[in-house]
This record gives sequence, structure tokens and C-alpha cells, in this order.
Amino acid sequence: MAGGAPSASGVATETYAEARGWLLLPAWAVLAIFVLAPVLMMLVYSFLTKEFRGGVIWEFSLGAYDQFFCNRGLFGDEPCAVEWTYIAIFWRSIWQAGLATLLALLIGFPTAYFIATRPQRTRAVWVFLITIPYWVNLLIRTVSMRFLVREEGPLNNALMGTGLIDAPLQIINTNFAVQLGLFYSYLPFMVLPIYASVERYNFALSEAAADLYATKWVTLRRIILPAVRPGVIAGCILVFVPSLGAFLAPDLLGGAKNFMIGSLIEEQFKGNAGNWPFGAAASMILLTLVLILLMIFARQQRRAEGAP
Amino acid sequence: MGNPVAVDVRGAVKRFGEFTALEAISLSILDNEFFTLLGPSGCGKTTLLRMIAGFEAVTQGEIYLYEEEIETLPPHQRPVNTVFQNYALFPHMTVLENVAFGLEMRGNSKADAARRAGEMLELVQLPQFATRKPAQLSGGQQQRVALARALAPSPKVLLLDEPLSALDLKLRKAMQMELKSIQRETGITFIFVTHDQEEALTMSDRVAVMSAGRLQQLGDAREIYEAPKNMFVADFIGETNLLKARVTALEGASASCALENGLTVVCDDAAGAASGQDVHVSIRPERLTMRGDGGPEGWPATVAQNVFVGTDVQTQLTLAKGLTVTTRTQNSGAGRATIFDAGTEVFVDVEPGAARLLVS
Repeated sequence: MAGGAPSASGVATETYAEARGWLLLPAWAVLAIFVLAPVLMMLVYSFLTKEFRGGVIWEFSLGAYDQFFCNRGLFGDEPCAVEWTYIAIFWRSIWQAGLATLLALLIGFPTAYFIATRPQRTRAVWVFLITIPYWVNLLIRTVSMRFLVREEGPLNNALMGTGLIDAPLQIINTNFAVQLGLFYSYLPFMVLPIYASVERYNFALSEAAADLYATKWVTLRRIILPAVRPGVIAGCILVFVPSLGAFLAPDLLGGAKNFMIGSLIEEQFKGNAGNWPFGAAASMILLTLVLILLMIFARQQRRAEGAP
Repeated sequence: MGNPVAVDVRGAVKRFGEFTALEAISLSILDNEFFTLLGPSGCGKTTLLRMIAGFEAVTQGEIYLYEEEIETLPPHQRPVNTVFQNYALFPHMTVLENVAFGLEMRGNSKADAARRAGEMLELVQLPQFATRKPAQLSGGQQQRVALARALAPSPKVLLLDEPLSALDLKLRKAMQMELKSIQRETGITFIFVTHDQEEALTMSDRVAVMSAGRLQQLGDAREIYEAPKNMFVADFIGETNLLKARVTALEGASASCALENGLTVVCDDAAGAASGQDVHVSIRPERLTMRGDGGPEGWPATVAQNVFVGTDVQTQLTLAKGLTVTTRTQNSGAGRATIFDAGTEVFVDVEPGAARLLVS
């Protein structure tokens, strides 16, 4: 029967495909409203003219990007020379976020490994304990950290009490304090994905490696790490990206010298002194930078996996 | 035999908290031997193997490898290699990298390790799969890779932890033959763990039967099958008729026993039993034969049913007072002559020397 009616199963498939399209609508709506729209708004604002009391004038302008990249002298009438101020802030932010990520990895990996190797029943308890501090608001935790590491704070008192140091350490208002704050803010984001990976790891592989004369260190490097790499990568991204845009830790722990992108952007939108298009432009530049970093990373990842 | 001792286990005990997994096991495994640890799951055979490999600490006792005490060495310092039950191949490495791993760890150059790994793959007939990842291989092929990987560093002793249990029957039979021939070719001592008694009997030079953390019997296949030392071994190895009996008379080394229904049977080896003692008698089914005509010696019986099992026919017989025994008759021209229909009255003969007296 040429051109006959489609089979029953054909109808069912079509209906299902159609329904699936509709059923996905809420997900698309959420993405459109909460991801696409804000980014588009930011993109548009970054190309508008600034209003001095905050807000924008609806007039196209490249002023914000010009301010970011070009130094046009004191009166703004010279040809474009490279403006290093903001690039330096970006560079410092990447550096700080990178060190915080490294710190989180160094502490988070053994922690996750420890939890994943506990008996089944106690693992949930450990995960629960890890998350407890994070029920408290980030601002309060950061302020507490400030209290903890200040010159007369408990950390210095304890160190001096044990006789390890004679004079209080200057921790507050240093880069290290910022890294410490960032590390502490995002540690669970490192621990949890690594924990999930290690939990799935087949520990017989470690035994096989030891059986084949590999030391513990070689086993970690050549067998365990490659196996749990997806978790490590996810953890690093989850710590690095929010650290890059953070403003609480640098503001409260780093002092004025240790300014980061997050603080720069935050300032543009706070009170009446801000510059909305400039803040939007800085955000767009940050977003682009993160995307480029992640893309380079993903490509290397694919290449490493594709290699025989 | 005069072979030196490869692995000497001296009073090795393993406890997990309150639970004793192994109770003071002592056994010597000889150089160039195919030695099997056989027992049901939970009998401690794998624990013993893992103690030799170094994955489990020894609670008490010593383990010697060619006269060197090893029980305190970490696994990576013991010159033994293991074929794991689920192979434990490194998933992110190719087959060749897997096989070369142990060689590299022993300090061979990359090129040397790869060359030798290639040779090992030829030995297990998988050279064409060198660049594949383990996930791209079938179970049987993964098994061969695991074997090649463990053999590559030329271990003094190869430990095999139920390596064939995941394979289907045909493949398992083929691998049994292959393992045996590889063992002969390489001259490496194999310690093989299995719960499959048939596998143990066909492959091993000697078998250690274990149960409940204890060594039950150690001997070659024939000894273990034909002269089981206790009820566990008699029952676990092959099939048997295990009958309650009482010793009625001792004549030299042999003992006359009365079964529960009054029938008597003579056991060649009294096994130290005293007259009047309650014991068990084990008789293998293939050593009972049926006759249609009466005689002075045979046990009168009725055929309850015949079960066809391919190579032979199993016949269930009812003796006096409802006692039942099973016989096996080979499914051949000669055998068929002595198979009787259900309900037939027959006489059963016990082959001389077939009845084993078991004290425990």
C-alpha cells in the first residue's frame, strides 16, 4: 500500500517527540529568563552612555570599553595607549582565584578521599559535617574569618601562645588572607565532586597497581588521579569561577590594596557614584575571559582523551 | 619431589575484629607447582591469597617466599603478581600499557617494557589488541590481558583469585587448559583460588580444601577425591552417599560398620575409630553397581527413579527401611545393560575399597 497510514508505533513516536518539545518548555523558559535575559541586558548596558547619578542614558557608546582598555591621559584627549589599571586587577584576580583553587584542591582532595574511603554508613555523616558551616551566610563567615586572622585574633594568639612565633603575623589585608577567604568560601564545591568521583573509583585498581610494584605515590598519580579526573576538573571549575568574581573576601580580608574584579564591578553599581555601563563592560569582559579559559581547557581535555 | 618450597605459610591467623577468618593455617607450596585453594565462599581461601599478596595483614604467624620472610612487606615489594577476580585492568590505559605497567615499575625502560609486553600479548594470543582500551574487549579477552599483565614482570609466584568465575562454561574450559599449559611453559608457581571443585581437580598438582577458616585436607586430586579425610571434604568434592553407621567390629586395619537399617559394609581403613563408635560412611555413586539377580552379598533395593545426565544415568535406590542411595552408571553400551526401570527390585554391590569411614 503505497503512501499508506503510518504504523501505530510511528504515531506513538511522533506524539512522544511532540510532547517532549512541549514538556521542555519550562526548562527553556527558566534558561531564557534567568540566563539569557540578564546576559543580554548586561551586553546592551555595556554599550550605553553613563548617567552620573547611576543608571544609563539610552545612547550607543563604546565609552565603557574605551575606559577599560585605553589610557587617554588626564584630560581624555590623547590617542589610545594601553590602560594597565584594570588589566592588572584582572590579572591579580586570576592569580588569586588560581591560588585559592590550588589551596582548595590540596585540602579538598585528601578530604574527599578520606570521606569516600570511610564505611558506607559514616560517609553521609562526613558529607553532612562538611556542609554545616555553609548554612551560615557567606558575609558572616567572611567577617568571622577577618576576626580570626587579625593581629590580636585567636589564630595569632594561639601561635604566640605555643611559642611558634614572637610577634603577631600580618595576615589580614594580605593576598594570602584573600586566598584563605576564597578557599574557605568555596571548599565544599571542591570536596563534593571529587568525593563523588572517588566513591565510584574501583579500589581494586589501587591493589592491582601495588601488586605491580607501584608505590602509593605512583598509584595516586598514574591510576587514581586519571580515574577521578572528571571530579577534580569539576571541582576546580566550581571553585575558580566564583572566586574570580568574588568581592566579599577581597573587600573584607584583602583591604584596599588587594582589589579584585568582583569588587571593581560591585563598586560600579553601588550607591550613586557608580558607572553602570563600565560595570557591565567589565562583567562582559570577565564572562568572555572565563568562557575562553573553559573552552581552551575543554579542548585540551578532548585532545588528552582522544590520544591513544 | 625434591622441589624447593616456594611459599611457606606458618601458622597464619587472620582476624577481622572479633571474627576469625583464618585459624592457624600452615602449608607449603612447592616451586613450579599448580596449587589450588578450594572451598565454598567465605572459607578464607581468598583471604589467604590476599595475605600472600600483601593486601591483608597477617594477624599472627609468618609467610615465607623462597625462604625470605615477607608477611611484613607492603604489596609492591613482594615479587608475586595477582590475576584479580574482576581483572582490575586500568581503564584509561591501552592493553599494551596495562601489560607494560609492572615492567616499568620494576625499572625497565619504556621501550624494553613495551617489547616484553608485546611478547606477553603473543603468549596469550592477543597481539592484535595492543592499542585497544580494556572496555573494548570481551570478558575472555580482558581475562587474558590480566594474565599477561601479571605474568609480564616474571613473578616468582602467580596468584589467581577465581580468575575464571566470570566466564561462561565453554570459555572457562578452554582457559583452564590454557592456564595449565602456560604454567608448564613458564615454570612459574601458580596459586589458584576457586570454589569450583571440578576446576580444582582438573588443573591442580595439589589441592588444599578449606572450610570455615580451616585447612581440611591437602593432597593431589586423586587423594582428595578417593580418600577424603572428613565429612566436609567427602561432601564438597564430587557427589557422594554419606551414610550414618556404627562400627561393629575391627579386623586389622579395616572396620565392619552397620548402617542405620542394619545392612553392613566393610571399610578398608578404620581411620582410628573404636568399636561401637558412631561414624559416617561415604561411598561414591559410581562405585555402587546394580544387578538384577540375587546374590549372597548385595544389598536388596528398589529403583526409585532414573535421571539422565548426559554422560551417565543417575539412579536413586531405596534400601531397606527407606534409606536412599544414588548410583551412577555410565551411559555406554555396557552401562545400559545394568540400568533398570523404576520400581524394579535389584541388588546393589559396593565395589571393594569404595567405602570410606569418616570419623568427623
